[in-house]
Amino acid sequence: MNQASKPLPVWIDIVVIPLINLMLALSVSIVIIYLIGANPFEAIKLMIQGAFGSSEGVGYTLYYATNFIFTGLAVAIAFHSMLFNIGGEGQAYIGGLGVAVVLLAFDHYLPAWMLVPMALMASMVFGAAWAAIPAYLQAYRGSHIVITTIMFNFIAANLMVYLLVNIFIEPGSMTPQSRPFLDNAWLPSMQAIFADIGIKISESPLNLSFIFALIASFFVWIYVWHTRWGYEMRSVGFSEQAASYAGIKTKRVVMITMLISGGLAGLVGINEIMGVQHKLMLDFVAGYGFTGIAVALMGRNHPVGIIMASILFGALFQGGAELAFDMPIISKEMVFVIQGLIILFSGALTYMSRPWIEKLFCVFYQTRNLREI
Amino acid sequence: MDFFSFNEILSIFSATIRISTPLIFAAMAGIFSERSGVVDIGLEGKLLAGAFASASVAAVTHSAWLGLGAAIVIGLILSLIHGFASITHKGDQVVSGVAINIIVSGLTVVLGMAWFHRSGQTPTLPNDARFMPINLYGVDTISNIPIIGDIYSKLLSGYNLLVYVSFAAVALTYWTLFKTRFGLRLRAVGENPKAVDTAGISVNLLRYKAVLIGGILTGIGGTYISIAQNASFIKDMSAGQGYIALAAMIFGKWKPIPAMFSCFLFGFLEALSMRLQGVSLPLIGEVPVQLIQASPYILTVILLAGFVGRAIAPKADGIPYIKER
Amino acid sequence: MTDSPVAIELKDISKSFGSVQANKNVNLKIYKGTIHGIVGENGAGKSTLMSILYGFYEADHGKIYVNSKETTIKNSTDAINAGIGMVHQHFMLVENFTVLENIILGAESGMMLSHSIANAKNEIRKLEESYGLYVDLNALVQNIPVGQQQRVETIKALYRGAKILILDEPTGVLTPQEADQLFDILRALKEQGTTIVIITHKLREIMRLTDYVSVMRGGEIVTSLKTSQTSKEELAELMVGRKIHLEIDKTPVKPGETLIDVRNLGLTDAQGVKRLDNINFQVKAGEIVGVAGVSGNGQSELLEILSGLSPCSEGKVQISDITITPKRQTDPRAVRNASIAHVPEDRIKRGLIPQFVASETAILGYHNSSAYNGIILTKTEEIRNHCVYLMKNFDVRPNNPDIKSANFSGGNQQKLILAREMEKIPKVLLVGQPTRGVDIGAIEFIHKQIVDIRDKGSAVLLVSGELDELLSLSDRIIVMFDGKIVGQVDASKADERMLGLLMTNSYENKEESQNESSI
Repeated sequence: MNQASKPLPVWIDIVVIPLINLMLALSVSIVIIYLIGANPFEAIKLMIQGAFGSSEGVGYTLYYATNFIFTGLAVAIAFHSMLFNIGGEGQAYIGGLGVAVVLLAFDHYLPAWMLVPMALMASMVFGAAWAAIPAYLQAYRGSHIVITTIMFNFIAANLMVYLLVNIFIEPGSMTPQSRPFLDNAWLPSMQAIFADIGIKISESPLNLSFIFALIASFFVWIYVWHTRWGYEMRSVGFSEQAASYAGIKTKRVVMITMLISGGLAGLVGINEIMGVQHKLMLDFVAGYGFTGIAVALMGRNHPVGIIMASILFGALFQGGAELAFDMPIISKEMVFVIQGLIILFSGALTYMSRPWIEKLFCVFYQTRNLREI
Repeated sequence: MDFFSFNEILSIFSATIRISTPLIFAAMAGIFSERSGVVDIGLEGKLLAGAFASASVAAVTHSAWLGLGAAIVIGLILSLIHGFASITHKGDQVVSGVAINIIVSGLTVVLGMAWFHRSGQTPTLPNDARFMPINLYGVDTISNIPIIGDIYSKLLSGYNLLVYVSFAAVALTYWTLFKTRFGLRLRAVGENPKAVDTAGISVNLLRYKAVLIGGILTGIGGTYISIAQNASFIKDMSAGQGYIALAAMIFGKWKPIPAMFSCFLFGFLEALSMRLQGVSLPLIGEVPVQLIQASPYILTVILLAGFVGRAIAPKADGIPYIKER
Repeated sequence: MTDSPVAIELKDISKSFGSVQANKNVNLKIYKGTIHGIVGENGAGKSTLMSILYGFYEADHGKIYVNSKETTIKNSTDAINAGIGMVHQHFMLVENFTVLENIILGAESGMMLSHSIANAKNEIRKLEESYGLYVDLNALVQNIPVGQQQRVETIKALYRGAKILILDEPTGVLTPQEADQLFDILRALKEQGTTIVIITHKLREIMRLTDYVSVMRGGEIVTSLKTSQTSKEELAELMVGRKIHLEIDKTPVKPGETLIDVRNLGLTDAQGVKRLDNINFQVKAGEIVGVAGVSGNGQSELLEILSGLSPCSEGKVQISDITITPKRQTDPRAVRNASIAHVPEDRIKRGLIPQFVASETAILGYHNSSAYNGIILTKTEEIRNHCVYLMKNFDVRPNNPDIKSANFSGGNQQKLILAREMEKIPKVLLVGQPTRGVDIGAIEFIHKQIVDIRDKGSAVLLVSGELDELLSLSDRIIVMFDGKIVGQVDASKADERMLGLLMTNSYENKEESQNESSI
């Protein structure tokens, strides 16, 4: 019998169990922080302060969240057709390349209102292209998409080093990065946007991309649940047999899903390259692709859940950076540990707590019924 | 440079062996795990954790052996976590492996920072706290004989102990899988767990044993990376070798000896590409160093794409065993 | 019936899976050194009962006595220790292992394989000689024919010291010759004191082989008899039961144009086994043709080919406007577009997606229709309304399109699928097992709908394991056995006994069936 088959109210499955898993992951993290000799509660306080204590902190939190929404959506949409895309990292990297190619080529000639849509397109096309080969190999050659997408992360990293060192490097510079884009190729920061409407907020990397991320979430929601293509995608994910009964071409669905997934991951390039760095550089993806896995699992592959999980992870990253500054004994990589634990508890041990909750629920239910009598 | 000289070829081969060693340990670990029906993406994380544990313990105790012991213990612990999630709780094996990789990648840096106060590194080890090259018997006298002497001293002798252990591990894996009762049951449980269950053997226990053996092997592999091949732990130093080992295992069709040779293939390619660095080849010109560095990953993709013959995985690989109606 | 000591006694065994009661208060005595047959229709609870005896499932309550001693059997090890061995319907063999490796798996005599192998060879040779169980020990299981594989299963059980051997549908996969050999082996085993329990629904085998026979129906043992004191006819009646016929008002058949025309259809599977062999039949507009047969005799393959799910390897099919040949394949979408509807046999795996809400299941296969789609967005309201409409027409309860498909009862799931497939009055309706796992009330309703659509002019091909269903719905009945059509009868002239004999290939009056098929 399937472990998840006993009837419990829906809210237990979509609210209580994810929260319990999150708590378990955080508890283990607290133990680790304690073991390395730091005060976990002090650390938590510092993290919360760092993430939400100032408008600058909030800005940073949402800036990180922007990346996680993109990569989280990328992982989630692939999960809907039972594909595990671990290649968000590489797809985001190449997406950034696409943005830089467009902006470096046209920033002298075209106005901002034309550059923005072009860069958006480029990030998605490049990201999708990087997902296309693993997708093809999965659909038509049966190679394991998990391993091929990971390999494409490594290949992307080497490709980008090559391109930056040999092609994009600013003449005369020693650091492998491109020339900065002209001002018209910068995505407006939230500070500037808010200033235009007369609200003053602190400076932070938060930029227009955050709005794009929310729009992307909306589109994913529409696509997955309100189009026939999303219907076919979910059919393939739930039951390949039923999908082929329904006349759905499952291999094609796998391809399309992965292309969308790669395109979403590629949008990280808009936030990082066009919104924050304003030049092409090395390692700007910094693990955001992997965080997308945790975000998708925690957000239960739903855009609303993903936005919430992304803000949580944004806070973890921002708070973690502040924490590493204030408590040098805890390095900023602690957030990766937390992230991994969340993947473990909400992805692989999802229903560990379910039998306990079932028992608890039964006891509660019975006593309530008794009272009613 | 005389690229095709005898000495040059010998040195490429011996570099091949050095590079292949951790791949071999991880590939054997993968074989045990997947032959029992448990996919182990977490090989990467276990290698990295082993590398960190051995380098840390060796740095504190100045004993390579204690370092090795620590790495094995960590390998076992991570295997237990993977088993708990994917065998006991029938969770998604790939997700569990990915989680382990991410946790380890972060935790090694966090602990390194807390213990040694360097970001993502352990102190450089003195030679007596490492596994150092050992000379085989009579290498000094034999090395004077032309050709045979060179082969003996440069290709067979002069590796550290763990290299020889890796060969032993291959032999032992082969022997265990194909010559013992345990191996027979292990292979059966990866093919048809129901057959094993109806024969009165515990499926879960067998799978746990297999995964734990994998933990030991990856622990040794990790030790090799940090305190034999190198002299300290460096952040993310496993650099995808766990995944490459998985690919080598698949390419070796889940068999120990072919898997070892596919590890050699990866090792050779990397050794060769290291040699090619800065060399201008006829027709092609100078090969970019990044292409050389990416070559194992590209090769992995090509091999997995089945262009070199289709591989048939153990039938129950990756499927949790659930008694169903 | 107390001529020899009792090897196994089951007392009040009950087992349910969720809401389905598979075994209900089963009492059974099996005498030592006899061959005891257990017969019953699909889903009568035979396999569950034997799985309980072999420790694969635990009974909810009841007691098991082995050699008059109460025995707890919690897992297969307990069963093996109690001297019980089982030859499963789906062999429990590791396909890429050798025969010998399969035999010793779990019963090795030491740490080292070489030692176990040497020991085993001697013992297996003894078994071979005593019972005529010859197999090539070094061959890979995947390379030997099924009949041989079954011997391996038998040797496996005997090698573990089984004194009581259970065989679950042993002849389902065997050729008649292989079956004869098996029976010789079983008789030899019996001669030397082994107790044998054989599950089957082939009555001829029961008559030929067994000493005692128990009939199961609806999870219960109806009766246990001495084989010599009963007949095929009696057993067939007991098996099927005297069900009250759901009389359906059916107008005389008015066949129209031919809508399904199957000629020389054949299918050879990846293992080289012929699953369908020279199938020929037609179905005309306005008639229901039933396909009878014990499951696994090619009916499922036939449905899959006709519905475009899998290709054929020989022959030609003309169905509605679609032509299917080995070279010219089709797909489910094209089939649907040609006004062919398909209610699949396995409703959970194919007919619906359990995780989808009812309204989503209600458009499965028709989801591309412009009725449910704008340029980009699906028309959620239309889909819901459509589902409500289907639910109302087909009396699906609860009448709520937002409930997950998995949470409807089997009958209501099936009604929803039928509603979906019948709504547009297709030219051809392919139906597989329309009432499997469906409650009585829903059965009646479903039957009425199927007859209704026939009267509206659809050509209906009905595959079912329920004989009374076939008899009351069909105008003609095709009987399949071992991938071939072994009889075509006019439904009004057929009865359950006759069909039961035909589908177990034990009908003697060949002349009659040939006469019938010329209709």
